[in-house]
Amino acid sequence: MASNVSAAAHAPRPLRVRALVRRLADGDAVAHIVTLTFAASIILITSLLVYQLWIHSADSRKAFGWHFWTNSTWDPVFEHFGALPFIFGTVVTSAIALMIALPLGLAAAIFLAELAPRPVSDAISFLIDLLAAVPSVIYGLLGIFVVVPLMRTVIGPLLKDTLGFLPIFRGPNYGLGLLTASIVLSIMVVPYIISVSREILLTVPRDQREAALALGATRWEATWKVVVPYARAGIMGSGFLALARALGETMAVTMVIGNAAVISTSLFSPADTIASMLANQFSEATGTIYLSALIELGLVLFLITFILNGAARLLILATERGGGHAA
Amino acid sequence: MNGFRLRWRKSINILMLTLTGVAALSVVSVLFLILGYLIWNGGKSLSWDFFTHLPAPVGESGGGMANAIVGSIKLLVLAALFGLPIGLIGGIYLAEFGGKTFSFVVRYTTDLLNGVPSIVMGIFAYSLVVVPMKHFSTLAGGFALGVMVIPITLRSSEEFLRAVPGSMREGALALGASKWRTIASVVLPAAKGGIVTGMLLALARVAGETAPLLFTAFGNQFWSPGWTQPIASLPVMIYTYAISAYPDWHRQAWAAGLILLGLVLLANIGTRAALNRGGADRSV
Amino acid sequence: MRKITLVVCVLLGLALSLGADTPVLLNAAGATFPYPIYSKWFSVYHTDHPSVSINYQSIGSGGGIQQLKAGTVDFGASDMPLNDQLLSQFNFKILQFPTVLGAIVPTYNIPGVTTVLNFTPQALSDIYLGKVTKWNDKEIASANPGVQLPGNDIVVIHRSDGSGTTFVWTDYLSKVSSEWKSRVGSNTSVNWPAGLGGKGNEGVSGLVEQTPNAIGYVELIYAIQNNLGYGLVQNASGRFVKASLESVTAAASNAAPKMQRDLRISITDASGAGAYPICSFTYLLIPAKIPDATKRDTIKGFLHWMLTTGQSEVEALDYARLPKAVISIEERQISEVQ
Repeated sequence: MASNVSAAAHAPRPLRVRALVRRLADGDAVAHIVTLTFAASIILITSLLVYQLWIHSADSRKAFGWHFWTNSTWDPVFEHFGALPFIFGTVVTSAIALMIALPLGLAAAIFLAELAPRPVSDAISFLIDLLAAVPSVIYGLLGIFVVVPLMRTVIGPLLKDTLGFLPIFRGPNYGLGLLTASIVLSIMVVPYIISVSREILLTVPRDQREAALALGATRWEATWKVVVPYARAGIMGSGFLALARALGETMAVTMVIGNAAVISTSLFSPADTIASMLANQFSEATGTIYLSALIELGLVLFLITFILNGAARLLILATERGGGHAA
Repeated sequence: MNGFRLRWRKSINILMLTLTGVAALSVVSVLFLILGYLIWNGGKSLSWDFFTHLPAPVGESGGGMANAIVGSIKLLVLAALFGLPIGLIGGIYLAEFGGKTFSFVVRYTTDLLNGVPSIVMGIFAYSLVVVPMKHFSTLAGGFALGVMVIPITLRSSEEFLRAVPGSMREGALALGASKWRTIASVVLPAAKGGIVTGMLLALARVAGETAPLLFTAFGNQFWSPGWTQPIASLPVMIYTYAISAYPDWHRQAWAAGLILLGLVLLANIGTRAALNRGGADRSV
Repeated sequence: MRKITLVVCVLLGLALSLGADTPVLLNAAGATFPYPIYSKWFSVYHTDHPSVSINYQSIGSGGGIQQLKAGTVDFGASDMPLNDQLLSQFNFKILQFPTVLGAIVPTYNIPGVTTVLNFTPQALSDIYLGKVTKWNDKEIASANPGVQLPGNDIVVIHRSDGSGTTFVWTDYLSKVSSEWKSRVGSNTSVNWPAGLGGKGNEGVSGLVEQTPNAIGYVELIYAIQNNLGYGLVQNASGRFVKASLESVTAAASNAAPKMQRDLRISITDASGAGAYPICSFTYLLIPAKIPDATKRDTIKGFLHWMLTTGQSEVEALDYARLPKAVISIEERQISEVQ
């Protein structure tokens, strides 16, 4: 044995090559390398993406620095680029979308997880998952021909009649605008909130619920005061997921938001989000600073969604592992 | 006093039960509303012309979306060729071979990729493929969609591979098969149903994407020969036609929307139904 | 499994072979202003020359300029002629060929108003500056005696993308309003004081059609094809003129001599009693050097066709023909495409 080893160690070159070839012929090693390469290519693609975004936004970052985020003038003529109007539009539409979708989604999830019989719950969840599969441009199509006229003729006047004294409901109602975009967005993100929250609620241990019921709580009280707080972190996580989805939403928003780089107190006002503006202006950005400014916005959008998705994952994981702070 | 309080709590209970039910039903009804509108408006506009004609000059009627339908198919073929293998084989790595830290990095970056807004993906494909090629092309569009397919495919492939019981693997190994042989002949076939489902769902997801195609596949009035020319696609046509003022274009947009949604929903319903059915005998 | 593979291969083969007999495919992009006539031209040209497909995407003049610069299209189209500063940003020489004359009209959708409105330059600039906010404002009413205008808020529609139409519109407004000139200026994309944005002439006409009390600026044929009302504009001589073949041709009547030296010219606010004040030539941007012989010959062939047979198609879509003198200048310029 020992003589074999030393013979191999001092073996002439052809023998060592043969050993290597024999190793390669070992299917497992090959399979390992091949699959590893494919997995590594994902890392390569993602790094390339971040690199491209970083490099091509360099001019704008150098020229504007932090003022890019506080300046509200977007002027291609005089080459003043301030991203504030788009951040405003993005934040407001997403926030309102979540304000509508979270309660609605949570209520539906509670119904599906706690109150409905299992077959009904499964059937309805299936249908809601289908809603998540509807392409964005179809939401936009319906937005233009259904939601916008509805906003102009029914919802807008209703809001103005009842709450018109509030500054957010002042100003002319075009049908397009922040509120319309928020409503369309809320419909788009509600399925995510429902499906994730439902799954989270289903993982809450039964003894929590049963303990509450044993103490004389009604079904609603058991759900609202015990189960939901237990799943609180995961539900927040679903909210973050929905928020990340809303922030990056492009087509449906650009078709109903009015495409105006303005900041206004009225929800009926047209506005623009980062994603929507990129869709409109990317193919025509002349001059290097203009293009660079657009890519900087793309980079920021990417970073924000990345952070939100990460936070969402952590929250959902935390709930699934150890549960929240039960009442 | 106790009686009143109890009755109050009971009525709140019933109220809330009803409200949550209403919430769930209203969300579901949105789906039917969308379908209803598309069937009503799109169904009226479907015609033989729609499927066989090229777009007519602006303002003239009688055009169709034949090239856009073929275009979407070609783009999906490219996306599948590029993204599915990477997703599947990457999934095999994570499920069967992965080391701790490297697997973590792969999963992390896959999540990152999944969260990229589609418009940013379009920008990426533009700077990576369109600019060096000096051409808008089917390749660029297929690349953008293909990258979006990877995370979905990888996650579902890994999940279904992991679901294959260890006993099956050990049985094969006990019979003397090498690891890769086990994967190829035992594990993969066992997970086949779920993996194919994941792939179809990934493709259905990107079939409706518009933003990544805006500056990659661009658009084409005519047929697009080969793979290096700009190409028309259903989602982009829907967008272009919907925002215009021409009633004829609106009708075509509804029809295209119906086709697109129909295919996406069919893929989703079909695969999920197959999954639920096959779930029972997956352990065979 | 084998059957599926076979089907997939057949489909792939079909897809690959589709269009395999169209040897010349040119890609162009740019202005939406002339899109109706361009799409008609390229469709007719394709019928007459089945081996040539010129794929034109209307993404706005700004997009046409940018994509030409990036080299992703074979030629571009823009309503705004490229000035020397813009030309210097290209690292190759560009030749600019006017193709048609078009008019930009103020189109509106006012519930209950079916009469054709008159607009003074002051009214138009004040509406777009956001100073005139209601339809029954005296600036509009004084030019339209006897018309019952509602007190509704005006919904101002402008372009959301880089647009040559915007350039011509703002060029006109800058000439007639010093406040507009200093506050906003003229370019393909400006910092709009008021209003909503639509994508392309198509998008603006779509928004005007669907939004009551809206006003927008579009090329004439978009208003006509979509049955949108459009107003008369007061020209430099003080007369309210309707956009038409005659008034547009009148606006360009003095242009030919100036174009001998430079084809790039602005004809907004033209003098002459019958001239429509918001008109423009629109240009094809052709690289002076085209290495591919087939592409070069195809483009030159199309340009010849455009200046002769093509011109006979334009009036049906309410664009005005190029003046004869301009056509001869351009015929000479075609030889500069190498």
